[in-house]
Amino acid sequence: MLVQLTLNGKVIKEDVDTDLTLYTFLRNHGCYSIKCGCETTNCGLCTVIMNGKPVLSCAVLTVRADGARIETLEGLQEEAAEFGAFIANQGADQCGFCNPGFIMNALAMFREYEDPTEEQIREYLAGNLCRCTGYEGQTRAMKAFLAQRREKRMAREEEGGAGKSKTAEEYAAAGKSAEKEADQL
Amino acid sequence: MMKSTDDLKYVNKKLPKLDSMALVTGKPVYLDDVAPKDCLIVKVLRSPHASAVIESISTDKAKLVPGIEAVYTWEDVPQQRFTMAGQTWPEPSPYDRLILDRRVRYVGDPVAIVAGETEKAVDKALKLIKVSYKVEEPVLDFRRAKDNPILVHPEDSWKSLCPVGADNKRNLCACDECSDGDVDAVMADCDVVVEGTYHTKANQQAMMETFRTYCTMDAYGRLNVVSSTQIVFHVRRIISNALGIPKSKIRVTKPRIGGGFGAKQSVVAEVFPAFVTWKTGKPSKMIFSRREAQIASSPRHEMEVTVKIGASKDGTIRAIDMYTLSNTGAYGEHGPTTVGLSGHKSIPLYGRNAEAFRFRYDVVYTNVMSAGAYRGYGATQGVFALESLVSELADKLGMDPTVIREKNMLMEGSHMPAYYNEPNDSCALDRCMARAKEMIGWDSRERVKDMGNGKVRSLGVAMAMQGSCISNVDVGSATIKLNDDGLFTLMIGSADMGTGCDTILAQIAAEVLQCPYDHIMVLAADTDASPYDAGSYASSTTFVTGKAVEQAAEQVVDNILENAAVWLGVTDGAEREGLRYEGNRVYDPVNGKEITLAEIAAKSMAMPHHTIEATVSNCSPTSPPPFMTGIVEIEVDKETGSVEILNYVAVVDCGTPINRNLARVQVEGGIGQGIGMALYEDVQYSTGGRLYNNSLMQYKIPTRQDIHDIHVEFESSYEDRGPFGAKSIGEIVINTPSPALNNAIAGVTGCYFHELPITPEKILMAIREKEKQ
Amino acid sequence: MITIQNYVKAESLEQAWQLNQKRSARVMGGMMWMRLSRRKVQTVIDLSGLGLDKIEETEEDFRIGCMTTLRDLELHPGLAELTRGAMRESVRHIVGVQFRNTATVGGSIFGRYGFSDVLTMFLALDASVELYKGGIVPMREFTVMKKDNDILVRIIVKKDGCRAAYQSQRNTQTDFPVLTCAVCAEQGRPVRAAIGARPGRAVVVEDEKGILAGGITEESARKFGEYVSSEVTFGSNMRASAQYRSMIAEVLVKRACLALEGGASC
Repeated sequence: MLVQLTLNGKVIKEDVDTDLTLYTFLRNHGCYSIKCGCETTNCGLCTVIMNGKPVLSCAVLTVRADGARIETLEGLQEEAAEFGAFIANQGADQCGFCNPGFIMNALAMFREYEDPTEEQIREYLAGNLCRCTGYEGQTRAMKAFLAQRREKRMAREEEGGAGKSKTAEEYAAAGKSAEKEADQL
Repeated sequence: MMKSTDDLKYVNKKLPKLDSMALVTGKPVYLDDVAPKDCLIVKVLRSPHASAVIESISTDKAKLVPGIEAVYTWEDVPQQRFTMAGQTWPEPSPYDRLILDRRVRYVGDPVAIVAGETEKAVDKALKLIKVSYKVEEPVLDFRRAKDNPILVHPEDSWKSLCPVGADNKRNLCACDECSDGDVDAVMADCDVVVEGTYHTKANQQAMMETFRTYCTMDAYGRLNVVSSTQIVFHVRRIISNALGIPKSKIRVTKPRIGGGFGAKQSVVAEVFPAFVTWKTGKPSKMIFSRREAQIASSPRHEMEVTVKIGASKDGTIRAIDMYTLSNTGAYGEHGPTTVGLSGHKSIPLYGRNAEAFRFRYDVVYTNVMSAGAYRGYGATQGVFALESLVSELADKLGMDPTVIREKNMLMEGSHMPAYYNEPNDSCALDRCMARAKEMIGWDSRERVKDMGNGKVRSLGVAMAMQGSCISNVDVGSATIKLNDDGLFTLMIGSADMGTGCDTILAQIAAEVLQCPYDHIMVLAADTDASPYDAGSYASSTTFVTGKAVEQAAEQVVDNILENAAVWLGVTDGAEREGLRYEGNRVYDPVNGKEITLAEIAAKSMAMPHHTIEATVSNCSPTSPPPFMTGIVEIEVDKETGSVEILNYVAVVDCGTPINRNLARVQVEGGIGQGIGMALYEDVQYSTGGRLYNNSLMQYKIPTRQDIHDIHVEFESSYEDRGPFGAKSIGEIVINTPSPALNNAIAGVTGCYFHELPITPEKILMAIREKEKQ
Repeated sequence: MITIQNYVKAESLEQAWQLNQKRSARVMGGMMWMRLSRRKVQTVIDLSGLGLDKIEETEEDFRIGCMTTLRDLELHPGLAELTRGAMRESVRHIVGVQFRNTATVGGSIFGRYGFSDVLTMFLALDASVELYKGGIVPMREFTVMKKDNDILVRIIVKKDGCRAAYQSQRNTQTDFPVLTCAVCAEQGRPVRAAIGARPGRAVVVEDEKGILAGGITEESARKFGEYVSSEVTFGSNMRASAQYRSMIAEVLVKRACLALEGGASC
C-alpha cells in the first residue's frame, strides 16, 4: 500500500507491506537510533514522536502512519545533545541501548510539561525500561536539565529576549556545569 | 596501607564516558546498526519438548521457500562436543554440546538452523520443517536430578576436561567439598545452632540488547565474527571447537554492546551464523528475539543453599556449614564455576571469630534451559542464604542485626580460610557498615514502626563481598603506543558492555601519561589486534586489565624518557635519571632543555628503532574482595502485602573508584537488579518444562516507579595490587537487596522467606499467619 | 507476530461492518494486543478516519468514540471530574504513556479482556456501548455477549451524579493487575462494585443487601468488601492465587468505598 509521511521534516512516499511496522520502516530509512528491546510493547526502546505524541513504533503499522508527522532522534540531534549531555555527566548513558527511546520520551515530556514533579517524571517514563542504571542517574539528569531550563527561562523573562541556539559542544559544557547541582538533588 | 588519591587528575574523578555523546544522540554503533544489509537472516527451530530424540526431520519443503539459502539439521553439523561457556582453557565446563544435537534437552533447544534472504521467508520455512520426536520423560526437579535413572547426557561422547567432580552418568556437572577446622565438633559445642534452606531462581540478565552476531568472510578466507559479546578471545576458541576449524581462520570483534551483566560471557547466538557463513560463504546475522533471550539463553543458576550457623549466646559466630545444590540445566556451561562462589564469597564475611567452616556442593543437570553467568555469579545466591540466616540468628538472640555483623565481620589484615586462604589486605567493611547506619539513622529510630494507617515501616540490613578477578587465571593485557601526533592508542582485549571500561582504562592511562583522557584512543576487543584478555567478567576488567594499563603506561613513559635522552643528547647517567616527563614535554632540569611530546612522537615514527610502544600482561595471584553494606527502608501495606522501598542506602568499598560517576551508577543499577530479583522477577515452568516468563510482559523487571531513592557512598580501602588502589565493583552490587529486604520484611511478617521473589501474596499470607498466632 | 494481507481505512461504518462480516477480517483498535497473535488476517479494518477518536460531552452523557486513546481518557477533564479522578487512576498503570497514546478504548472494551482495567471502570460506571448494528447495549450485557462481527462505535457514560473510586493491585507498578476494583455510588441506587482480573473478565456486584445503606463507614465498607469478595469467583494464574485475590478484593472494595466517602458527592 502506498503511504506518504513526513519523517524528520522530509516527505517520504513508499509502497509498503500491510504488516510492516513503523519500527522496521524507520530503521529501513536509516533511523538506527530506534531500537527494539522486547517485541511486546513493554520496553519503550522504539519510542518515536508521531503527530506530536510519543508512541511505540513497534506497535504502529506503517500504513496507519499515512499522512503522519514522525520525529526520531535523527531529526532532533540538537535537543538530544542538549539533554544527553546531562545524562553523560551522570554516567547514566551506560550501555546506551535504551537511551534513544528514553530520550525521545523525555523530550516529549519536556514539551508536554513545563516543570514536571519527580513523581510525574517517573510516571511519564515508566514505560521506558533500563537495566543498567537503576534509573537514578537518569532522574538526576532530568532534574538537572529541568533546573537549568527553569533558570534559562527566568533569565529570558528578565531579559525579555530569546537566547540563540547552542552547538553540541556548548551543551556538553553547560551540562557539566549543572552536574554539581544535580548531585545535590 | 592507605594511600592518598587526592592529587590524582583523572582517577577518582567524575568524567563522562568517551562514547557518551554518540550513545545519547542515537548514533548507529550497535551490532544490528552496523551489520551488512545483505546478511542472510539466521533463525533456529526450537524444541517444544523438554526431552526428546529426533527420529526424523524433513526439511525439503522448507528449502523450497523462495529466498531460503540453507536449512541445517543435526546431520549437517560437526560431531565433536564443545562448551559454550566463556572460560579460560582448559575449561572446567564439560564438553557436552553440539551445534545441533539429535537429542534435545530442554524446551527451546535448537533443532534446525534456517538461513534466508528475508525474515518472512525464514519464518515461513521454519513452519515447514517437519520433525518427528521420540518424547522422553524429562528431569525437571533439580532436587531429584542427582543419580536419577533418567540421564540428561547419556552419550559417551560427553567429556570433562578438568577434575571438577563431573559425571554424566549421575547427572552431575560438578561436586566438591572443602573445609577448615572440625565443623561438627564446633557446632556440637555451640549455644545456638540455626539452619535454613534458601531457594533462588534462574533470573534473567535482561540486558536491553538481546544476543546477536553477524559473520562475513574476509579477503583471506577467514571467518569474521562480529558479536555483542564480553569475551572475544573465548568466542574465537569456542567457534573453532564448534566448527572444527583452526583459530587462525577466525577473527572476533565486538561493536558497542547493549548490556551484558554476564549473559554475554557465554556463546549464545554466535555458533549459528558462524556455521552458516562458513558453509555458504555469505554474510549472515542472527538477532535473538526477546522471547528467545528469555527461554534459550544463559540466566542465573537456580540454587538451593542450605546453611547452618553455630554461635555463642553473645552472638559470636563460631562455625558455618553450607551445602549448595545448583541447577546447571541442560548443559554444563558455567555450572562448575558459579557454585563455588556461593560459599567462597559468603562464608568469609564472618571470618573474624569463626573456628571452622565446611562447604559442599553438587551441580546437577536437568531438562531446563542451561544457566550461565549473571552478575554475582553464585555469590548472590550464597549471600542471600547466609545473610538471611545471620539476621534470623540475630532475631533469635534478640540482637540488633547490625551489631551481630559488627561483632563477626571480617577485618582488614586477616586471612580468609574459606576464600582459598587469601589475605584480606584491603577492607573497609567496618566503615561501610558504620556509614550506612549513619546515613539511614539506624541508631536513632525504631527498626519496625507501625504507622497507624495500615502501613508498617521497617529496616533491613545485609553485607556482601565478591572478588576482583579469578586469582591466577584471569589475564588482562594492554598495549599502548605513541602516535605521530602525540596522542596514544590503547589496545585492550576487554569489552566495554556499557560499564564504561574503555573510559576507565583511558583514565588510568591518562593519569600515568599526564595527558587529557580523550588523548587516549581506545581500540578494544579484536582478536586480531588486541593483546590477549580473558574478557570482561568476574569483576576483573578494572582490577586486572586496569593494572596492565597502568604498567604499560609506565613503560611507555620510560620509553619516552629513553628516547628523549637520546634526542636531548643526555648521556650522563645521573642527568638521565633527572629527566622529567611532564605530559606535553620532557624537561631536563640540569640545563633547562626540553623536547616536546609532539616532537618525540614525530621522531619516534620518522626514525628507525624508536617506536614507542609497550605491552603488559597482568594476572593477579589474589582476588581482593570488594565489600559493601546495604540498608533498606520499606513500607509494607499490611492489608495487601505490597512493599514500597522508601530508601536504599549502600556504602561500598571498591578500593579507589576510578570513575566516581560510573562506579555510582554500577551500584544503583546493581541494586535495581537485586531488588528485581528479590521482589518481582519470577521464573515459572509448566509441568512439561515450558517457561512461562518468556517476555518482558511476563518477566517483570523493575520500572522507575518501582525503584528509586537509592543513596550511594563509598568508603574506600586501598588495594595495592589494583591500579591506583582499585578493586572491583561490577558484581558485588547485586548481592545485598535480597537479604536486606528479607530482613526488613521479616520485621513486619515475623518470618524470613526462603524463596525468591518475595511477592505481595507471600507477604500477606505470612502477615495473616502471624495475626492468627 | 500477526500477518496481514490487506488494510482498509474505512470510509464509513457501513463499509467497515460489511468488511467485518468475513471471518478472516479484524477491526483494529490500537493493535497493542492483536499484533501479538500469530494469526493470519486477511483484512484489517481501520476506523481511525471516522472521527471516532473524540470524547463528546452532552447534557446527559459523555460519548467516547471507540478510537479514543487510553491517554485521552486519562487526561480528559470532564471524565476526571465525573469520576473524581478514578478514570485516570484506572489507566495510569497501563504499561506507559507511549502505550496509552496508541491503545484505544474500543480495543480494550471490545476485547473484553480479563485483565482490563478499563472494562472494570466502565462496568462500575454502568456505561453502555453503542454497537453499529446492535444499538445501545449496557456494558454489563456486553461483557457476557458472545463476540460477534458487530462494530463497537462508542461508549456512553451517563452523567448520573455518580461518585466513583478505583483501586488495583499489581506486583510491579506497570504490570497486568492482580486484581482491579471500581466502586460507584449513585443517588437512589445500590452501590455497585466491579471486580476484574479475577483473572477472568470483570463482573459487577451490587449492594443488594443494603450493607452501605446506612452510610459508608470503616465497618460497613469492610462488610461490603467481604460481601463482594464472597459473591465473586476467583481463579489462579502466574500472578496470584485465587485465595490471595479474594483477600485483596475485600481490601480494595473497602478502600474504594472509603475513598468515595472521602470525596464530596457530585
